[in-house]
Amino acid sequence: MAILRLLELAPAQQQAASGFLQTSAWLLVAIPLLSAAFLLLAGKRADGWGHWVGVAAPGLAFVLGLGVTVSLLGGDAATRVRSLHLFSWIPAGSLHLDAGLRLDPLSLTFVLLVTFVGTLIHVYSVAYMDHDPSRRRFFAYLNFFIAAMLLLVLADSYLLLFVGWEGVGLASYLLIGFWNHETPNAVAAKKAFVMNRVGDLGMLVALMVMFASFGAVDFTTVFHGAPGASAGVLTAISLMLLLAACGKSAQFPLQAWLGDAMAGPTPVSALIHAATMVTAGVYLVVRSAPIFEGAPNAQLVVVIVGGITLIFGAIVGLAKDDIKKVLAASTMSQIGYMMLAAGLGPIGYAFAIFHLVTHGFFKAGLFLGAGSVMHGMDDQVDMRRFGALQKFLPITWATFAIAWLAILGIPPFSGFWTKDKIIEAAFVGDGWRPWVFGLVALIGAGLTAFYMSRLFFMTFHGTERWTKDQHPHEAPKLMTVPMIVLAVGSAFVGGLLSIGGAFSTWLEPVTGHHEHAEPVLSVPAITVATLVLVLAGAFFAWRQYVVSTVPVTPPLASVLTRAARHDLYQDEVNEALFMHPGQYLTRSLTYGDRRVLDAGVDGIGRLVAGTGELLRRWQNGYARSYAATMVAGLLILLVVVLAFQS
Amino acid sequence: MNLSNYLVLASILFAIGTATVLLRRNAIIVFMGVELMLNSANLLLVTFARIHGDLQGQVMAFFVMVVAAAEVVVGLAIIVSIFRARRSASVDDVNLLKN
Repeated sequence: MAILRLLELAPAQQQAASGFLQTSAWLLVAIPLLSAAFLLLAGKRADGWGHWVGVAAPGLAFVLGLGVTVSLLGGDAATRVRSLHLFSWIPAGSLHLDAGLRLDPLSLTFVLLVTFVGTLIHVYSVAYMDHDPSRRRFFAYLNFFIAAMLLLVLADSYLLLFVGWEGVGLASYLLIGFWNHETPNAVAAKKAFVMNRVGDLGMLVALMVMFASFGAVDFTTVFHGAPGASAGVLTAISLMLLLAACGKSAQFPLQAWLGDAMAGPTPVSALIHAATMVTAGVYLVVRSAPIFEGAPNAQLVVVIVGGITLIFGAIVGLAKDDIKKVLAASTMSQIGYMMLAAGLGPIGYAFAIFHLVTHGFFKAGLFLGAGSVMHGMDDQVDMRRFGALQKFLPITWATFAIAWLAILGIPPFSGFWTKDKIIEAAFVGDGWRPWVFGLVALIGAGLTAFYMSRLFFMTFHGTERWTKDQHPHEAPKLMTVPMIVLAVGSAFVGGLLSIGGAFSTWLEPVTGHHEHAEPVLSVPAITVATLVLVLAGAFFAWRQYVVSTVPVTPPLASVLTRAARHDLYQDEVNEALFMHPGQYLTRSLTYGDRRVLDAGVDGIGRLVAGTGELLRRWQNGYARSYAATMVAGLLILLVVVLAFQS
Repeated sequence: MNLSNYLVLASILFAIGTATVLLRRNAIIVFMGVELMLNSANLLLVTFARIHGDLQGQVMAFFVMVVAAAEVVVGLAIIVSIFRARRSASVDDVNLLKN
């Protein structure tokens, strides 16, 4: 409706309205940030109503974001990339950095996703965190996250993006460790923070190389200069950006933190570790498309990283019993899909972002559903202790089922429209690549079907395996309504935005137009193969977890299953390769510091103290001994004088 | 009479004074030792003045006497006040500054 009304306005009015909306885009970042500051500073007085301020901030940002998007839609495609200069950030002689926002289809897609899903999750959190004494602080952190995330996607330079990048990292750290009075939560937060720092190092190096090669870090200059730069420079920048993306998006080899990040409250897992923040890596790769396109080797690495993570996450998801950890592994795997698509080049960009959007809906829905199950089951997360919850949590079951069908990629649910396209795109090309990437994506779809069905059946079907005294109950309306909205999104967003390739066309100003290319297998064959694999995966899960009974304690299993239960020994590998050598290094450094540097400094101190101790003995307080000393001194002087005289 | 006998006497007096200062505990006696040392020095000054036929030594002896008188006044006053405070005139008891 809003689009129609805007189109009816006279051109001049329309120009003024859209101009005003676009120049006030900075409010998108400012509103949640102000709200966060307000909630943190307001104190106990705001405990009773502060969370509603927290809900209103992303809500307002969503409305504003919608307005800006509509105003961009009002113009034709060529005018849909707008730069908004905010202020001169670092004016230092010849070095001059501006802070500005970039309004284009890509950033606004993110703005809408982040604020829409964010608002729903805020609403959900009002009920979910109802009994938490520091709910106000929770909302302050959530709002801070929204502000940082919007800054990340709206920034018009890598440096400003980096500010948002660090901001979401901080928010993630604060929220994973929100219940930091329990040590494992605090440790998980620290782990996430430290692993993200590894990625940030890549970002910093990329920034420096950009500055050295292009003399600037804003998107326009860098992308303009990219085609003229040498392949080596572009590869270096690309790989460093990929490292940053791997850290933020939990991609191999920096994937280990995401599973532990589930220690945070479930809405946090839904918002930050499923729908938005972890997809920032995909955003970075797609945003940096002109750089990556100059470095085919780096693109290949992106695809390989995506492929490895896709399978890695799926395998871990197959064996986990903790409902949130399965979802975390699934997130990792789905982002693997997006990375793979983003590495494929222009053919994949639009679908990487499209899958990101639909994934934001269904994965947030799945997490909120898991939160609702935990809410009804006294914070139980072990799926072996669930079962037969369909009767007791009908709304959760229904929304969860839709999100489940969406992630499986069953038509006509959202996931089908995006994941299928990614698999198709993976099959495009010549030589060995399409076969390897395509098959990896195809197998990943089958694995996804199995573990998601396993999760679904273990939780909602089969026999009751609850611990004693549990009375599962449906969540309050504040929690179910966001779940229903997300379920509707999971069902229809993919299909609606696919009509006539609407989403790809919308993104074209950023990702460029790409002619349809024929995959090495025919499209219907790929679709059928995917569906057969998916149905087979779901069938096996049904046979194993509905038809036969599920043991309450995990049975002894094969080597591969045990490895998957241990996250494929990712922590052991990290500890052996990095942590222990690092600790050894720091220990030997501190040893050297203590034994050499400190010993020298301490030695001087001890020498002075020892000398003092010796001299102190002389000062015994007896006047006669002082007199004796004087006499002795005089005698010595006398002897010396006489000796030298003769 | 040989003037060197005075030098020997002065040395003996000085040695006695020194020994008194070093060995006795009573502050009054220690003080007397100091006086003995001063006077042996005076004797030396006068003797050397005589040997060299120069009056400077004798003048110095007067100076020493004046200073010694002043020192006696101050010293005795300190000793008396210490005695009042501590009921003892032993120099070994006056070691408050030690710690």
